[in-house]
Amino acid sequence: MGKEIIKVDHVSMKFNLSQEKIDSIKEYFIKFLKREIKYDEFWALKDINFTMNKGERLGILGLNGAGKSTLLKVIAGVFKPTEGSVARRGVIAPLLELGAGFDMQYTGAENIYLYGAVLGYSKSFIDEKFDEIVAFSELEKFINVPLKNYSSGMKARLGFSIATVVAPDILILDEVLSVGDAKFRKKSEQKVMDMFDKGVTVLFVSHSLEQVERLCNKAMILEGGKMLAYGNIGEVAEKYRTIIA
Amino acid sequence: MKKRVKNFFRYRFLLEELVKKGIKLKYRRSYLGILWSLVEPLLTMIVLTVIFGTLFGNNEKTFAVYVLSGRLLYSFFSQSTTATLRSIRGNSAMIKKVYVPKYLYPLSSVLFNYVIFLLSLVVLAVVSLVLGVFPNVYTLQIFIPLILILVFSFGVGMILATIGVFFRDMEYLWSVILMLVMYTCAIFYYPDKLLNSGKGWLLELNPLYGIISCFRDALFGEMMNPKTLLYVTVSSIIVSVIGIWIFYKKQDEFILHI
Repeated sequence: MGKEIIKVDHVSMKFNLSQEKIDSIKEYFIKFLKREIKYDEFWALKDINFTMNKGERLGILGLNGAGKSTLLKVIAGVFKPTEGSVARRGVIAPLLELGAGFDMQYTGAENIYLYGAVLGYSKSFIDEKFDEIVAFSELEKFINVPLKNYSSGMKARLGFSIATVVAPDILILDEVLSVGDAKFRKKSEQKVMDMFDKGVTVLFVSHSLEQVERLCNKAMILEGGKMLAYGNIGEVAEKYRTIIA
Repeated sequence: MKKRVKNFFRYRFLLEELVKKGIKLKYRRSYLGILWSLVEPLLTMIVLTVIFGTLFGNNEKTFAVYVLSGRLLYSFFSQSTTATLRSIRGNSAMIKKVYVPKYLYPLSSVLFNYVIFLLSLVVLAVVSLVLGVFPNVYTLQIFIPLILILVFSFGVGMILATIGVFFRDMEYLWSVILMLVMYTCAIFYYPDKLLNSGKGWLLELNPLYGIISCFRDALFGEMMNPKTLLYVTVSSIIVSVIGIWIFYKKQDEFILHI
């Protein structure tokens, strides 16, 4: 305890929302000459500051468009913040959108290697864990079938199994605890719980306040990209109730 | 810098996987599979030799070797640059959701085409021996143009990959530019006439022509032209440096445009 795992330092994220998407050189030149290129600046995140220690589980609360997913993507390294910086220590398992690295023409087995590589695993590690991944996903019968013939539940199961085979230091969950059928959901929740017991640091986004209260010990409220509250789950949950009431 | 190198090794396996994926998927579901990388250039060579050899009256036996060598190098260049041009947009689903060093996409596109290209050189070797072009000590130079074409294609590819993110038009424009490159590469004609007529600069400016001519010199067992070699080396390096530079400068903006 007490070891700083994540440090988010004055992070702001700006998007340029152009009114219309300019996709061709011709259009661009015409607009440029007419000085018609206008952008609406949109700050998805504004001056976010916090640090997380090992074993802390942070629930991120907020309405749609509050910047929750953007914040997770900044921490995962997908977005580079416009201002400020993020420091992280250790292995991240980003369960953002499962199976983002899948190739539909590849078979399940080939995708295990491909997606594993995307997540930064080594070949020997995947060789070693291959059977475990297949067993957990319960896709033994379909593992040599191209992914385009999978159902969406099967894809999600495979993605979850690959992403959680590591023992991560940081776990990023964006409403993914609703993968597959009821049976698999129970199993995946159990797996996440086991990671909790091992002292993983968790960032969790959910619209269900009950779920956040059950899983997290800290919480944050985002509104319009600004951090409205940060602290222990009890007090923040209380405050959030008054907001959504 | 140290961090970059460490990162590179961390993602070496992903690079391997992406290269493998490119090769595997290129010929998946075709009956001949990877054999196409041998059959296709052979068939193209026959077509080009029949048309430009027989009909236009180049009757030398080695004309087929000449055509095949130029055609192989050009098609590597055109396929790898076209692949890199699409590499960022084509992988947008992945880029939006997981962090992966972005240069891996153009780099793997060039590399998987390079592997296929090296494989198809087997055809060239066989055809050369059959038609009586035998290796000698100068043939050893051949690895120089082979490296240069990789560096040059990577550099051009990085520039295209960056532009391709911001302007979709580049894909169409590039196919037209490739046509110009092809005709100024002297693939299926001997350049002597053009070089002697004072319009040689049309070819000499094109670094790909230089690479092909160095390659042919080595293949036919002659000394390479040092001036051409120098021009080609310098331009390959400059193009690569520019490519890497603009890619790094712009890569954080990619995600906002794909």
